[in-house]
Amino acid sequence: MPHKPPTQEELEKRKIVGVNLETVTDVSSTDFPGHYPGEDHAWDIERFKRGFSVEFHQNDPHEASFSLIGIDASIANAFRRIMIADVPTLAIENVFVWNNTSVIQDEVLAHRLGLIPFTGGREGLTDFLKWYRKPANGDPAECKDFNTVALELNVKCEHNENADPNEADPTKLYHHAHVYAKDIVFKPIGRQVDYFSGEDIIRPVNPDILIAKLRPGQEINVQMHMHKGVGSDHAKFSPVATASYRIMPTITITQPILGRDAEKFQRCFPKGVIGLEKVTAEEAAQKGSGYEGHEGELKAVVVDPKSDTVSREALRHEEFKDKVKLGRRRDHFIYLVESTGQWKSDAIFLESVSHLKAKAKALEKQLVNMVR
Amino acid sequence: MAARPDSEDIAMDDAPTSHQPEVKDDTMVDDAGEDVEEEEDYEEEEEEEEEEVQRVKLLPGSTETAASFEFSNEGHTLGNALRYVIMRNPEVEFCAYAIPHPSEAKMNVRIQTFEGTTAIEALEKGLRDIQELCDVVTDKFVAAADDFEKKKAAAA
Repeated sequence: MPHKPPTQEELEKRKIVGVNLETVTDVSSTDFPGHYPGEDHAWDIERFKRGFSVEFHQNDPHEASFSLIGIDASIANAFRRIMIADVPTLAIENVFVWNNTSVIQDEVLAHRLGLIPFTGGREGLTDFLKWYRKPANGDPAECKDFNTVALELNVKCEHNENADPNEADPTKLYHHAHVYAKDIVFKPIGRQVDYFSGEDIIRPVNPDILIAKLRPGQEINVQMHMHKGVGSDHAKFSPVATASYRIMPTITITQPILGRDAEKFQRCFPKGVIGLEKVTAEEAAQKGSGYEGHEGELKAVVVDPKSDTVSREALRHEEFKDKVKLGRRRDHFIYLVESTGQWKSDAIFLESVSHLKAKAKALEKQLVNMVR
Repeated sequence: MAARPDSEDIAMDDAPTSHQPEVKDDTMVDDAGEDVEEEEDYEEEEEEEEEEVQRVKLLPGSTETAASFEFSNEGHTLGNALRYVIMRNPEVEFCAYAIPHPSEAKMNVRIQTFEGTTAIEALEKGLRDIQELCDVVTDKFVAAADDFEKKKAAAA
């Protein structure tokens, strides 16, 4: 039997994951050679280029949302995983406690300090700063200007002589009752002044993070060393608070939903997903459309499927039976990247792409020397 | 490294790469053994080149068209992406990846090809395809970001 090329409709249908009341169907992608007899599904970069697109929904330094359309889940997931675990950032790694008379134990304080996100000049962070290599057992630490950033936190709580005697607020009664991230001071060494001065200074992203509370007589005096690291080693090195994707929901109304039903149908979805429109005279005149004699009544239309949470609420009601089909587009990924502040959100994604490329490149080179 | 020049216990071919004699010609350059002098040179160098350790290995029992590869320090990130692009190769009959044990940082890829190409070639093509794909994603992403900025500026 000669093979018929698939219609556009058939191609669209192949991309849809079915979401039913109790089941989910067609989860796996089928775009592999040999899956459909007579069709060519070989990897072709030109074809990928034609089918692939990026669409931005939001692009702020601390939060970016965008869609990658026409890409496989395995690749999309690789980018997500790399953003979380493999994009390097600078964080406090060593804390040298000279004095800590606060109620917070040294190790808890060190942990809290490590989790504070810092930022600074991009050029210095990516190009100038290199990995810090842990010295072998017994060797002295190799702290250089290009692999270590030094910080200091030296605060002492004292009575405020000018405070009202009836004052109850400790922050007014004492100096330094609260220790904040902004109290941490950057101590540049060597060439760091060239990269991290002025607005490029190494500083906490959020100056108002509370580190500890003190009472008169207590003090914290610590020195800190920051190193570059990756999220797979410790979550404090992850450049993102969250990096995730959703798969694009689809809602297909197969038979008209009208009047009171339409209003109820709208309430089955988050706000803005379903709209109500009046049935036009044209539609009502069309025979077999299901709109005959309903001119002027409200009908449900899909306005914004992207905002749907795919709660399947609509599938629970008898009146919508066989009138609606829910699904998801398997090759449409809606990313949400929230940066902790060291990188711009969109830069984290770009970095993840170049990281995957570098990984593949390094391994391709190694194949030559592979022990066979 | 404690070298055991006289030991006869292990057949040479089975010995780990680090224990095999160094090949002097350029065809095999990468030795996993740590040359003490070289190590020191690396540390002095500021523009540190990551010390290249062989991270891909052909597992025993492999033939031309059916081979298993072991990747050290790789996981699902590369494993699944690589599996996908290799499966898109029409010359490949079978491709799968596995992480045999979660506490060992190793990832295995199995490739079986039809006659006409070898498993190693298929793996090489897969790694190249990923690189090409990344370039396309970067280009389109940057273009879309610029476009979005322009539209936002025009609307404001």
